[in-house]
Amino acid sequence: MSELHLKSIAELSAGLAAGEYSSEELTRHFLARIQELDEGLNSVVTLAEEASLAAAAAADARIAKGEAGPLTGIPILHKDIFCTQGVRTACGSRMLDNFISPYDATVVSRLKDAGVVMLGKTNMDEFAMGSSNETSYYGPVRNPWDRDRVPGGSSGGSAAAVAARLAVAATGTDTGGSIRQPAALCGITGLKPTYGRVSRYGMIAFASSLDQAGPMTRSAEDAAWLLAAMAGFDERDSTSVDRPVDDYLGQLDQDIKGLRVGVVKEFFEDGLNPGMRESMETAMEQLKALGAELVDVSLPNSHHSVAAYYVVAPAECSSNLSRFDGVRFGHRCENPVDLEDLYKRSRAEGFGPEVKRRIMIGAYALSAGYYDAYYLKAQQVRQVIADDFRKAFENVDVLLGPASPETAFRLGEKSDDPVSMYLSDIYTIAVNLAGLPALSMPAPLVDGLPAGLQLIGNYFDEGRILNLAHQLQQATDWHLQMPEGY
Amino acid sequence: MSLDAEEVEKIAHLARIAVTSDEVEALKGELSGILDLVARMSELDTSEIVPMAHPLDMPQRLRPDVVTEENHREAYQAVAPAVDNGLYLVPRVIE
Repeated sequence: MSELHLKSIAELSAGLAAGEYSSEELTRHFLARIQELDEGLNSVVTLAEEASLAAAAAADARIAKGEAGPLTGIPILHKDIFCTQGVRTACGSRMLDNFISPYDATVVSRLKDAGVVMLGKTNMDEFAMGSSNETSYYGPVRNPWDRDRVPGGSSGGSAAAVAARLAVAATGTDTGGSIRQPAALCGITGLKPTYGRVSRYGMIAFASSLDQAGPMTRSAEDAAWLLAAMAGFDERDSTSVDRPVDDYLGQLDQDIKGLRVGVVKEFFEDGLNPGMRESMETAMEQLKALGAELVDVSLPNSHHSVAAYYVVAPAECSSNLSRFDGVRFGHRCENPVDLEDLYKRSRAEGFGPEVKRRIMIGAYALSAGYYDAYYLKAQQVRQVIADDFRKAFENVDVLLGPASPETAFRLGEKSDDPVSMYLSDIYTIAVNLAGLPALSMPAPLVDGLPAGLQLIGNYFDEGRILNLAHQLQQATDWHLQMPEGY
Repeated sequence: MSLDAEEVEKIAHLARIAVTSDEVEALKGELSGILDLVARMSELDTSEIVPMAHPLDMPQRLRPDVVTEENHREAYQAVAPAVDNGLYLVPRVIE
């Protein structure tokens, strides 16, 4: 029983089916781990104890009747950006501290239908704006590998919880790297799907042309299980793509001999930490040993991605977050003298400093006379970056690089300097601008801290990057490395 | 790029966010720094480039013009700060 948190989804699913343990026992095991171990991490903001036990009982009934699917009875955590009916959805913000969602996000309802048990909600940067999880109203999350260090962000709570084995898996969202960068810093596998592959309905919007939800797991195989349940067309999301979901699990065992892997030159330049470079090179040697063919590739305009991103994302956020007006839901100031005072003070009190900065940058970029110089220009830069990827994929099957320029940094190290924080996502942002799928998986540790290898696929090629990651994980034990004390 | 206090206050008003004078001082530097980062875009000549409208070049999907949603007013208003008789309450707008 004590080893339940080390088992894969496939192992747990088999154990549940064979009656070795019940979903209730499994759920209690993880609830106890969260209660015992999360105090020093702060990765879980809402524990849904009663609801999870009720869901586990329902899962056990389904298993007994022989109506279970592969995820039935598996306990996971949801990032607090996903609306969960009847359970507080605060999105890391004082603005939504009192918000009990009246409906479920599609990701949540799909996983619920599959019989997944939700243990609770994970901490995150406020409205997913941050790369360290320090902007949360609920306090920073700490990295289980070194609690003086950040877990990355914005899905920092999900990454830390999965790294510490407080849940089998967790959901995350990625607008500029918010799944991959924390996955890298915490030593887990995190996948951002193709834009439009997973429904955004009920996922609190940050930048609608970039946001995507994905799985955060201990292995590529677990990610394939979860993605299979999360992905698919949803008429409630106008940007959802109506296209069949590939057989991710079936693709995992494909031979990768002869697969052409492009090593992105620009991701190995001066900004990369030397230890990180060495870790990436070890991973590349392993890929070669498995028969993959490594090819040098250039994305000559990728260094423009951070600049374009900090127009597109703030512009869309200033529009999306205008809904928080103190009238229909969320925080409202005391004794407003008039409507403008109500808006201004409710928003001043409800939002933290980073969210305010981004809303203001967006409001400025979209204000009269500036549209062409900022938003339109950024969308042109975005096209150039997407064209770079298109050209690269004419010659290779997958692209490779680090997910982050360095290992986890210390709490407070970058929190006073927004621009230095923004540069944490230098290797992840271009992928969001182009709408491509990509994952980060553990590579060899650097000075005792996790390093993330990033694999980028062509549009809808999630199956192929999962296949490559799985083959690497079959041949190595990097993904099995765990922080001490968990 | 260097924003002055007046510009920061104008932006804060556009964003409908109340700011104190201390916050304006801090924001001057912070927002200017971000705009400097953003300004690096201008190094790239994009005069011949069609701006991206959608990463997958997908058109907006249309649906038949029929009612598909049920009325959830009570559930939605249960989380509102102030309601009365099914109406959201705000400070008086018309004298």
